[in-house]
Amino acid sequence: MMKKSYKIDVDCANCANLMEEAAKKTQGVRDCTVSFMTLKMKVEFEEGADAAAVMEKVRANCKKVESDCEIYL
Amino acid sequence: MNKKEKNLLIRILVAAVFFVPLYLISEGIVVVELPGWTLPVMFLIPYLVVGHDILRKAFRGIRNRQVFDEHFLMTVATIGAIALGEYGEGVAVMLLYQVGELFQSIAVGRSRRNITELMDIRPDYANIESDGALQRVDPDEVEVGSIIVVQPGEKVPLDGIVVEGSSALNTAALTGESKPRDVGVDDEILSGCVNMTGVLKIRTTREFDESTASRILDLVENAASRKSKSENFISRFARYYTPIVCYGALALAVLPPLFCMVTKTGLEHYATIGSLWGDWVLRACTFLVISCPCALVISIPLSFFAGLGGASSQGILIKGSNYLETLSQVKVVAFDKTGTITKGNFAVETVHRSPLAAEKLLELAAHAECHSSHPIAGSIQEAYGGRVDLDRVTDLEEISGHGIVAKVDGKTVAVGNDKLMNYLGVTHEDCFHAGTVIHVAIDGVYSGHIVIVDELKETSRRAIDALHRSGVEKTVMLTGDAETVAKKVAADVGLTDYRAELLPADKVACVEELLQECGSRKRLAFVGDGINDAPVLSRADIGVAMGALGSDAAIEAADVVLMDDDPLKIAKAIRISRKCLRIVKENIIFALGVKLVCLLLAAFGAAGMWLAIAADVGVMILAVLNATRCLFVKNL
Repeated sequence: MMKKSYKIDVDCANCANLMEEAAKKTQGVRDCTVSFMTLKMKVEFEEGADAAAVMEKVRANCKKVESDCEIYL
Repeated sequence: MNKKEKNLLIRILVAAVFFVPLYLISEGIVVVELPGWTLPVMFLIPYLVVGHDILRKAFRGIRNRQVFDEHFLMTVATIGAIALGEYGEGVAVMLLYQVGELFQSIAVGRSRRNITELMDIRPDYANIESDGALQRVDPDEVEVGSIIVVQPGEKVPLDGIVVEGSSALNTAALTGESKPRDVGVDDEILSGCVNMTGVLKIRTTREFDESTASRILDLVENAASRKSKSENFISRFARYYTPIVCYGALALAVLPPLFCMVTKTGLEHYATIGSLWGDWVLRACTFLVISCPCALVISIPLSFFAGLGGASSQGILIKGSNYLETLSQVKVVAFDKTGTITKGNFAVETVHRSPLAAEKLLELAAHAECHSSHPIAGSIQEAYGGRVDLDRVTDLEEISGHGIVAKVDGKTVAVGNDKLMNYLGVTHEDCFHAGTVIHVAIDGVYSGHIVIVDELKETSRRAIDALHRSGVEKTVMLTGDAETVAKKVAADVGLTDYRAELLPADKVACVEELLQECGSRKRLAFVGDGINDAPVLSRADIGVAMGALGSDAAIEAADVVLMDDDPLKIAKAIRISRKCLRIVKENIIFALGVKLVCLLLAAFGAAGMWLAIAADVGVMILAVLNATRCLFVKNL
């Protein structure tokens, strides 16, 4: 099981929730929590997923729901 | 203020400069002759200056099928107002909404900084001595066993043992304790402390990632991602709430005027059909502005975050908002005895009924216990004082919860409690001293007992008192020790109940029994020192490990970690959690209450746009200010 933590930037708490939703729905992500307060995204990947590739997709999906967000990969 | 915030502030100021004269003109307070079309067009300038990003986000949301968010609410409401000719109101709403956003961003940024400062224990560098000169390196690169130098005023970067020098350490960032701790050669020191007086040379015992400072930071950062029920409730709530409100507003805009037209009632109040529709659409817009859920969405996580931060500044690490929530519902507290209520520094008081000389008995017992890590074994070895020769010991067998049987110098020595003697079929004599009694049998013959006593911690009594005063109904001590000792300790510190002579496995069963008694509403906390009680810590609703600095197993198993071993912190942790949850509830009730009242007022046409935006921004600001109160827990 692989877990990674990423620094993010987002403006509002609800936007952080939207990012969490979007990341959870991305293929290759088993679970994800976004903390608006610490500006951190914790991602748990599916077995055998390529973290770098998955995170690109996660970022794209998050940008779709919240254009102003950023994930520092 | 960061760049984004400064940018927003400038936009707000520019828009305000345009807006104020325009508003005065439109309200007829300042009379200026203008062609009819100029005013609406000029109102668009401040509107677009201050609100263009909100409009953009709303349209992007629609394109991405994420229609219902607060940007959408604001966009529809303001455009609606402008379209109905309420230019001033429409622009004001956007302007004040952005003022609220700016304030929120600053407040959150400030408490984020406050909390990170509280937890500012991350060391930036380590000094390594090479060729007589000090060299600064990344603490990540220092290998275990290296010698590092810590100068006065610097943070200790890695855990280690002092090899040279002596100093006083400020451990406030770790334990919340302001009294400095003196250290000298051979003392263990933990990363995150600040060296105050002398130069220390330290041999590192852990890598950076494994060091106390890193582990604590990791724990605190993870804490915010374990969300509490209230936080999950709010995010679920926001998901359904916004669409419901939007459809509600739509209904408010369409149904009443339709009803009027179909039934031909109430038409006499309106000059034209157009003004009938205009009135209800404006009400719907006001409704939308009021309904914006920002106050809740921001203040609840902020309260929890501030509560976690405030607790960690007091040396109480709570592993997540969910545990903070559970902690506030604790009604029963179960304690381990040794190391929790008592100091755990056992000392041999006396030896009774021994046919041998006391020294001889201690010598045999010390050898039999040579491999045991139990504090009692340590105290026997200390009382013996001589060197333990491992070659003299063979066939060692430890019987959990009973004691040890081993061959020493070829003789079978059994060292343990009453149960061990019963198990071996040795008749033993009881002792009238209150203390832990360790019987010794040699070759199956009873050979006396060793009486060991353990001191109470100075604050235990006050701690139990404080727990009862903060609403805990039941305090129970679980111990493997004898009935007489347990009874005396329980009476001395004022516990409501105790269970004695428990094997490690019995403690779990006991906790399960207590959990049954608690039912579904009360919560049970177990407090232990993390040695041998990991299963109990994880079985209880809340496991509290105390004095956990440096004990990995306890930090793993517990939900709440007390950095030092002061039992008063347990009550403090509960009080912090109660305060935090009270503030969360206040915010939920306050925000929802005000919104509900204003929504009703708006639906009946009693509240205009100005009241709507004041309610929205005002509630948000008050809720955020209230949330930051969670940070102030020092004197709780």
